[in-house]
Amino acid sequence: MSQKTEKLIDKKGLRLDGRKPDELRPIKIEVGVLSNADGSAYIEQGKNKILAAVFGPKELHPKHLALQDRMVLRCRYHMAPFSVQERKSPAPSRREIELSKVIRESLEPAIFLEYYPRTGIDIFLEVLQADGGTRCASITAASLALADAGIPMRDLVAACAAGKADDTIVLDLMDTEDKIGTADVPVALMPNLNAITLLQMDGILTLEEFKKAVNMAIEGCKKIYALQKEALKLKYVSVKEEAEE
Amino acid sequence: MPTFFERRQLVTPGDLIAEGDYMAGENTYREDNKIYASRIGIVEYENKKVDVVALRAFYIPKIGDIVIGTVTEVGFNGWTVDINAPYEALLRASDVLSRPFKPQKDELSQVLDVGDLIVAKITAYDRAHNPQLTVGEPGLGKVTRGQIVKITPTKIPRAIGRKGSMISMIKQETGCQIILGLNGVVLITGKTLKDEQLAMMALRKIEEESHTSGLTDRITQMIKEEKTKRGKVKNEPEN
Repeated sequence: MSQKTEKLIDKKGLRLDGRKPDELRPIKIEVGVLSNADGSAYIEQGKNKILAAVFGPKELHPKHLALQDRMVLRCRYHMAPFSVQERKSPAPSRREIELSKVIRESLEPAIFLEYYPRTGIDIFLEVLQADGGTRCASITAASLALADAGIPMRDLVAACAAGKADDTIVLDLMDTEDKIGTADVPVALMPNLNAITLLQMDGILTLEEFKKAVNMAIEGCKKIYALQKEALKLKYVSVKEEAEE
Repeated sequence: MPTFFERRQLVTPGDLIAEGDYMAGENTYREDNKIYASRIGIVEYENKKVDVVALRAFYIPKIGDIVIGTVTEVGFNGWTVDINAPYEALLRASDVLSRPFKPQKDELSQVLDVGDLIVAKITAYDRAHNPQLTVGEPGLGKVTRGQIVKITPTKIPRAIGRKGSMISMIKQETGCQIILGLNGVVLITGKTLKDEQLAMMALRKIEEESHTSGLTDRITQMIKEEKTKRGKVKNEPEN
């Protein structure tokens, strides 16, 4: 990797945006931002800006998709044409279809799908601005939108990636680190149950490095989880304080 | 056997509420010996039972519930009704007509058409079948006038209040008749539109502040203030 001109980690051990290796990007989360959806959430993680909306559970159309023993979860991850530097075609790309599936499967274990058979839940994720780690931020936002829609859940799902940049294991990669760096390990976690719902790896890591990356990502997820809970409660705490003053 | 939250504290899905010899009530689930919340809401303990009063939820039909729904489809021998639940409800023609139903003679859309509102009772529902409705009881049937307010279904108990204290207060103060559909749809019929609007305002406030204490008193106060305000407005043109 020494032939690369661009250095991802400087002499002080800081990253391009001045973060320490185990530091998250600044995160802002808001719940219940859309009035037409049953549940919604908005997340800003560094330069990422993502909207999540949930409809349902409701009768599924077309009806033949309905399952007799559980709810059907449908998920659409979509990047807006203006979310990246070159205009992205609004048609779903191979990558978006794959991410929709990956996100859906990382949320399914958290929902009590067996409670309401023959119905469906739709999740829409709209990436307004992308800067690496959108699948993780999408999962974080989607689980909040589900909770906001009143869908019974085992736990909220928090997601965060770790990876390798310039031979250092780093947390919450941004776009440049993801592209130039050598590995990316996204992890989604249900922190209270201590259960991983998504684990992927792209690139090459030794076993030691992999363990370190997973543990670092788990720690990141726990920090994000605290922010998620805070955002979810905020909506109701403010009303309560206002009314009881 | 510890509990991890106090009564009336806010919890989010996945929060560990209690451990040990407790019963998992509404909006909670048990895993091994631990009880977790499954929805955002407020914790309530009742003897050994742990409940979460959900702040966000949708309506799930229950046999015997009075609901208010909209007719969405006129079929061959009945209607499909939207009752604000994940499942569409069915109302059979033979239930509405007092005489035997004859498909050749009876035109169903003349009895109830798409868009009509009905007050109905759920007679059958389980995991495998959609809910069935009946209108064959006093107080049920087509809605002809009044105002509709939709509130979150979980907040209906709060709108009723302890032993009906909240709803009877609103009825008395506004002089309106109010039917609370357990599916979160409320029908208000009053003498004037202004009375109805006052009751609507009160219900909206209940929905917004359902998780706060001392709500009945605040609603009473709000209605009284609003009435005096309107009283002044009414008197001015006369003077």
